[in-house]
Amino acid sequence: MEHTLTTKSHTGDRPRPAKNYLTEEKGIWSWMTTVDHKRIGVMYLVGVLSAFFVGGMFALLVRLTLLTPSHKLFGRVLIDAQTYNRVFTLHGAIMVFLFIIPSVPAALGNFVMPLMLGAKDVAFPRLNLASFYLWVTGAVMAVLSMIFGAVDTGWTFYTPYSTTTDGAVTLMTMAVFVLGFSSIFTGINFVATVHKLRAPGMGWFDMPLFVWGIYATAIIQVLATPVLGITLALLALERVFSIGIFDPKLGGDPVLFQHFFWFYSHPAVYIMILPGMAIISELIPTFSRKTMFGYRAVAYSSVSLALLSFIVWGHHMFVAGQSQLATVIFSALTFLVAIPSGVKMFNWLGTMYKGNISLETPMLYAISFLLLFAIGGLTGIFLGTLSTDVHLTDTYFVVAHFHYVMMGGTVIAFIGGLHYWWPKMTGRMYNERIGQIGCIIVFIGFNMTFLTQFFMGSKGMPRRYYNYLDQYQALHAFSTVGSWVIGLGLFMTAANLLASLRKPYDAPDNPWGGTTLEWQTSSPPITHNFEDQPVLEKAPYDYRPEPVAH
Amino acid sequence: MEQQFDTSKIGMWLFLATEVLLFGGLFVGFGLMQARYPQEFIEAHEHLQRPLGSLNTVVLLISSFTMVMAVQAAQRSQKKKLIVFLLLTILCACIFLGVKYFEYSHKFEEHLLPPRWYHAQPGDTVHDPSTGGISHGYGTFFAFYFMMTGLHGFHILVGIILLSWLVVRANRGEFSKNYFTPVDLVGLYWHLVDMIWIYLFPLFYLIK
Repeated sequence: MEHTLTTKSHTGDRPRPAKNYLTEEKGIWSWMTTVDHKRIGVMYLVGVLSAFFVGGMFALLVRLTLLTPSHKLFGRVLIDAQTYNRVFTLHGAIMVFLFIIPSVPAALGNFVMPLMLGAKDVAFPRLNLASFYLWVTGAVMAVLSMIFGAVDTGWTFYTPYSTTTDGAVTLMTMAVFVLGFSSIFTGINFVATVHKLRAPGMGWFDMPLFVWGIYATAIIQVLATPVLGITLALLALERVFSIGIFDPKLGGDPVLFQHFFWFYSHPAVYIMILPGMAIISELIPTFSRKTMFGYRAVAYSSVSLALLSFIVWGHHMFVAGQSQLATVIFSALTFLVAIPSGVKMFNWLGTMYKGNISLETPMLYAISFLLLFAIGGLTGIFLGTLSTDVHLTDTYFVVAHFHYVMMGGTVIAFIGGLHYWWPKMTGRMYNERIGQIGCIIVFIGFNMTFLTQFFMGSKGMPRRYYNYLDQYQALHAFSTVGSWVIGLGLFMTAANLLASLRKPYDAPDNPWGGTTLEWQTSSPPITHNFEDQPVLEKAPYDYRPEPVAH
Repeated sequence: MEQQFDTSKIGMWLFLATEVLLFGGLFVGFGLMQARYPQEFIEAHEHLQRPLGSLNTVVLLISSFTMVMAVQAAQRSQKKKLIVFLLLTILCACIFLGVKYFEYSHKFEEHLLPPRWYHAQPGDTVHDPSTGGISHGYGTFFAFYFMMTGLHGFHILVGIILLSWLVVRANRGEFSKNYFTPVDLVGLYWHLVDMIWIYLFPLFYLIK
């Protein structure tokens, strides 16, 4: 682990400032009323990680229930079918709306992006705090809906079931509605920030690729989320006032709900994956000590993924009674997604090629991402192909596919990014060895859990079913054991990060030899981010050695 | 200051884009349902009071004009004129909501409501082949009518609150040619709300 080129960029020799953003003001009230993007980012981080924990517990419960076809543990039935429906719905809804969507943009993005731009804060600091409180409100409503009977519709809330079931659907959809507005305001804030608050000398193509990814994400958040908002509002009105838009008994059209839902929720897939890709675009050049290969291509591919995301929603509905022409067009458009995704993959690999690679924890996560996202992306092509999709629709193959993209992609990138910026956020270094082992355990457990599900799905095991035939027993059991391995790896990782907080500050300003602006300030940063307004002199990812003075 | 003004404007335009998409979903839904129930929609729209709808259109157009004048007054630091035009805009908004109240109560009395509560009217000719009863399309028309004009009315209400807030601040003398960002932004919002009505009016009242 030698960084021959980077001794100069390790600026641990500057004295640590007396006050930083964590110690400037004290007390819970100073946190609750803060408009500092770094503190808001930290509060979001605590929030989304709590949601991740709850959603993860539901996931473990789902897997535990499926351990045996009789659902018995020590002679007792673990949970009944009705409860099972609620548990997997809550797992999905919490993970998607409370964790993954805000995870990278609102938590890490809030903290890092203004620093990367050399700005003092986001464009609208008070709106930023308001977004956070909207998130909290949505989270509280989601918890209340669990108390008042929970939802059993699946996280997609498909009609007509969702308009007829007894569960607390109205409250949950309203929670998601509120969370949507939190997401919209964050998006507006970030777009304005990127347009207006770049450091002097920083043109669009001098921005770090993380910022490009967050920018593309913010555009989708702004343009897609309102449609989800109105869709869920209609669903709630349908339940409360029977307005007859989606309910076929009242002349409505249930497939219309699917169109509306996926018009948002397919772009939402890119709200989830683009920030993950954005993190990887930071990690790979930093830990390969090499200029990003094809910087512009990666930047453009983020934006083109954002645009493509709006015209492929129909591929979720190949068997839902869409016209044949529409399915063919949506299938063809879906294949286009492979192009910008491939551009990114090859550019990351091109960056690593002949690089001076060091395998610290964030880089291990980045490499895990490359492997898992490749599988997730390629299996997406199976599902975009009409003939195979008819066979694979609503099987575990779909479950495995989106877990490879959402968890193997976004969550792995998120944890990698968390390790990467942890020293900057907290001023502490975690134990490197435990971090690496945790990553490897998560990687192994993940593949045990979800690779198995590809096999089950292609053999015809339907998703969301409580009961299953004995022939799937071995695969289900293997998958369940895998979920315990993931749990173990994540527990180790969490313990490792939390343990570092007990130490005094020990992180240098630039532990990884990064070239972007956030590494030029102290760890943790002062409240106003930089002592002096930074001016961009070098493009990001410029790892060429400094010319030697004679 | 110039920088902040530009930034706020970007933020406002993005917000307006989200508003367009929020209504956009409803417009698409309306279009699809109209394609499904063309005859019902035409017959149902005869029950709307076209004179009242036209009156409201004129009222909102006037309010857009008074809003423009208010922004101009703010830019020229004319405090009294600013307050007068803001109050006139609020007055127009209140007239709009008042007229809407009469329209809504007429619909409720006649049971021109979403499918579950819709009562067959004398002019209704289309029947549902599966049940033999009156087609659901009539109620669907009114479901969209109430949702879209209701959401629009809610925006008018929010507009009244924002305009009143501007009046209070203008009265304190906070706006001048050096600082009128809030007036400008509320102005943008108000024009969008007007414009949505310009689309809603022909959509519902002038189908034929």
